[in-house]
Amino acid sequence: MKTIGVLGIQGAIEKHIEVVRTLGDRAVRVLEKEQLKQIDALIIPGGESTSILSQLKWYDLFEPLRQALQEGLPVFGTCAGLILLAGELDALDVTVRRNAYGSQIDSFKTNLKVEGIDHEIPAFFIRAPRIEQVGEGAEVLSRFQNNPVLVRQRQGSCMAAAFHPELTDDVSVHKLFLDNL
Amino acid sequence: MHFSSDLWQTKVGLAEMLRNGVIMDVTNAEQAKIAEDAGAIAVMALERVPSDIRMQGGVARMSDPKMIKDIKAAVSIPVMAKCRIGHISEAQILEALSIDFIDESEVLTPADEEFHVWKHDFKVPFVCGCRDLGEALRRIGEGAAMIRTKGEPGTGNIVEAVRHFRMLKNGIHALTVTPKEELMTAAKNLQAPFELVQYVAENGKLPVPNFSAGGVATPADAALMRLLGAESVFVGSGIFKSSNPSKVAKAIVEATTFFNDPNKLAAISENLGDAMQGLDIKQINEKDLMALRGW
Repeated sequence: MKTIGVLGIQGAIEKHIEVVRTLGDRAVRVLEKEQLKQIDALIIPGGESTSILSQLKWYDLFEPLRQALQEGLPVFGTCAGLILLAGELDALDVTVRRNAYGSQIDSFKTNLKVEGIDHEIPAFFIRAPRIEQVGEGAEVLSRFQNNPVLVRQRQGSCMAAAFHPELTDDVSVHKLFLDNL
Repeated sequence: MHFSSDLWQTKVGLAEMLRNGVIMDVTNAEQAKIAEDAGAIAVMALERVPSDIRMQGGVARMSDPKMIKDIKAAVSIPVMAKCRIGHISEAQILEALSIDFIDESEVLTPADEEFHVWKHDFKVPFVCGCRDLGEALRRIGEGAAMIRTKGEPGTGNIVEAVRHFRMLKNGIHALTVTPKEELMTAAKNLQAPFELVQYVAENGKLPVPNFSAGGVATPADAALMRLLGAESVFVGSGIFKSSNPSKVAKAIVEATTFFNDPNKLAAISENLGDAMQGLDIKQINEKDLMALRGW
């Protein structure tokens, strides 16, 4: 059994914890830098990236987290998690624009084909960020209307989604991440 | 049915993203920026904070769209705004402004003393207040994608928020130990839709996120509501009626995150200046209680 940390500052923390437990792994809410050494992988949930980023810095978590990611701590980010991994945490070779699909009335659900998953998965896009460029260091695992929506760093294990697999009963995106650890 | 539609799940999805955070009342773009910098996950745009509405009296209405647009332009976090209870047109105007969440709120003067807005007709999600489980489930039945307990807005007094949250929690707990054959009668007594009563009995929680509002003035107040089970906290007058808004706002955000860590809470609560002046609920005339608006 693996121990998966879910960054416990803000957002849909509980939803990710439920999915990890459904898949048979241990899930812990991470709020202290010491915990980063006690986990096999980290999930950064959706929420408000500005609030999560400010709080990471106030609590002296930002540098330890950035370093842990550099040293190879596997990480999966959704929505706000994608924004942080592509931006300030500098763990993913893509560029992202926040709220690029518009405000809440433009939020939507769709089904996606994903490389490595044998069926279409349901996906919610909530005030979603858009992945505008994918660098050589990253690969695209899924697209929606030609836009990359699920990406993975070629080296190491950093994966991120513009959508929210944790809001559905389909656990296969999390499984894809956890199986690769 | 409404509750299995993609639209419904998209609305509840945004509410899920707002868990574990603080939503702050602001009355202009400058305050909205202060709130965002202090870690707010959303701002509630309104013309007067509840304590001023209480003091100045008169009819409290939806805010000027110009002011809402200015606030939307100033921040990147979601912007919410309030419509009067039952005021379908105010809700439609807020939807036309692409607001992210509408609060059909008892803080404003009700437009309809019998009926609330049918919220399933809207693409924008709604949050509504409640004092107990029956009221929460009636609002969800009409389409509220987020529930907040009402408390007594604009008082800086947490006592009603605690009362309402405990009422709601006790109601939920009671259903989880109610035998199946008694659930229909429970629904009758709660005056709530049966399928929602059944959901709560089986899951031990509401089908939408469950936040707290009305009376938070200090970091300890926010932590208390989180300890009782509130998934996020709305703060109205408590921030911009304090002597040091940006410090108090940040401290309330920190306390919402570390609600379970008394040592951190002690440090967070230190040296914040004066909290807003509070009001004893017993000194308020019953006709002036906002929590009694709506049913």
